[in-house]
Amino acid sequence: MKATWAEDQRQDPALIGKHDILRVLGGVFDPELDEPITDLGFVRSVSVAAGDAGTDVHVHLRLPTSFCSPNFAYLMASDSKDAITAVTGVGSVVVELDDHHDSDLINAGLAADAGYRGTFGHEADDSLDELRLTFQRKAHTAAMERCLTELLRSDPSFSENDLATVHVRDLLPGRNVESLLRRRETLDLSISEDALVMVNHAGYPFAVQDIPMALRRARSTRISIDGNAHFCRGLLRTRYAGSGADQVERPEGAETSDRHRFLPFTVKEHHP
Amino acid sequence: MYTKDGENYFIVDSHIALWDARPENQRNIHGKQFIDCFYDYHRNLSPEKEQWSYDEYLYQGGQRLMKDVFEDGYVDHAIFQPAHLGEFYKTGFGQTEEAYGLAAANPERLTYNHNFDPRYGEAGLDRLRADHEKMGFKGVKLYTAEWHGESRGYKLSDKWSYRYFEECRELGIKNIHVHKGPTIRPLDRDAFDVADVDHVASDFTDLNFIVEHVGLPRLEDFCWIATQEPNVYGGLAVAMPFIHTRPRYFAQIIGELIYWIGEDRIQFASDYALWTPKWLIERFVDFQIPADMTEYGPLTTAQKKKILGLNAAKMYDIPVPKELQLPDADETTTGPREPERADLAGIR
Repeated sequence: MKATWAEDQRQDPALIGKHDILRVLGGVFDPELDEPITDLGFVRSVSVAAGDAGTDVHVHLRLPTSFCSPNFAYLMASDSKDAITAVTGVGSVVVELDDHHDSDLINAGLAADAGYRGTFGHEADDSLDELRLTFQRKAHTAAMERCLTELLRSDPSFSENDLATVHVRDLLPGRNVESLLRRRETLDLSISEDALVMVNHAGYPFAVQDIPMALRRARSTRISIDGNAHFCRGLLRTRYAGSGADQVERPEGAETSDRHRFLPFTVKEHHP
Repeated sequence: MYTKDGENYFIVDSHIALWDARPENQRNIHGKQFIDCFYDYHRNLSPEKEQWSYDEYLYQGGQRLMKDVFEDGYVDHAIFQPAHLGEFYKTGFGQTEEAYGLAAANPERLTYNHNFDPRYGEAGLDRLRADHEKMGFKGVKLYTAEWHGESRGYKLSDKWSYRYFEECRELGIKNIHVHKGPTIRPLDRDAFDVADVDHVASDFTDLNFIVEHVGLPRLEDFCWIATQEPNVYGGLAVAMPFIHTRPRYFAQIIGELIYWIGEDRIQFASDYALWTPKWLIERFVDFQIPADMTEYGPLTTAQKKKILGLNAAKMYDIPVPKELQLPDADETTTGPREPERADLAGIR
């Protein structure tokens, strides 16, 4: 996705603005929460200036706590730098993570383009690919559960045994199925209308007798991701006054206490 | 004891602390970052009238603890679960002397659990034996993301961890409280993963493994391993306060736990001084699963009584008046507890 955007970029480098950078950062995901860092309010500031080799970009990132997992923190920061660097017409890129227990380590690693192992030294074995994959699989599991639960709720004639033969074409159109297809694509699973929905991360269907337990397990994954996503948003708002204005509403798992998002002109951050 | 609508609830707070995070005890910036993180948890999840000032939050002392937990908080018995954090705080975060002293002075009220760090090797084993001889604890609290020199975490399945569990077995330390944290070597994988709990629970079936925060932020991983291991339990520290800001999420956490591990293996905790027990207990007794969440059965009074105190009392041999005791549920020890609830007709 990053590369595609960069290839499409044919405009005058001098015209690269903050909004262009924010749009690129919209393609950087928090792997754990399965959402763009821009929607979560993790981008603290973007500044652009004309430089010798193009537009120089300086980005500050912020997270809900100082003790957010350093591996995820690093992934988001290094993905941000990679995404911005890939934009035609960009000169120097500085991405800095603020107020984290590993800020110094991560920022030095990013500045030196040291990579994961170069940044974390003996604490890094190989790469963060497996970590990323683990959460891509969880995101798929949660999206699958949302679609199937939505279907079950919509049609009283459905029983859990019918889930074994639900195809993509049977799902209700909308946000949930779009989300599922995006996650399937990430895992290289078929996005054909004829593809079975109730499959594991490798695309294999479940035996009929295993479906109830598999769906229950998928439900716990969905609950967990939704719960974490909302808690992290809330903590960010508590930590950085006014940061709620930078967050985009997440309908999945939203509760009454999230309604402040819908109030216009919320100037006071107030979270009883 | 908490009484509501003619029902009496025996309360055990299975996770409290007596910490000192004041600036003079902070060793470095991480000491400040750590307590600031806790304080943001507190501010974010507490009802407005239960919020403390930052200064109050840094240190409470024994007298205030006794008031908050027992006088105001309905708690019959509370268990210290200290985190050491020696790399962040000069005398540690949990105050061993003070907490142990308080427990020794109030044995009917307080149980002191200790901690160890397997990365101290043989010397640490000697220390564990000496500490146990002095304090005679039945449980330990292990924070796997404790920093220790170059290392910022360990696994329960590490070779030295096993040596320590063997020693626990010898000494009669039966209850291993596990708190997963964000750093563990290597950083390649998810540090919150509870797969190592699965290994040790299978290899030490005579020990109890209580996963604090019910594995949050990995509720799903916790439920999946805990349903398979009869000696894995869930502690509700940090999960409890969601009852206020996110009651539907809280209902799902409780509903999932009842389904996967059953009503006999869930333990209430305020995580004092992160939160105070009073409002959590009041809210929990009044709490019910929302009517539209038909995939979960309604929470019964008996289940609430077990979660609020009877389960932890049984694990720690804390005497409970006979009229307040309840029998174990007649359920399987592994696998889902209410399999009929997996009938997805229930969600319509």
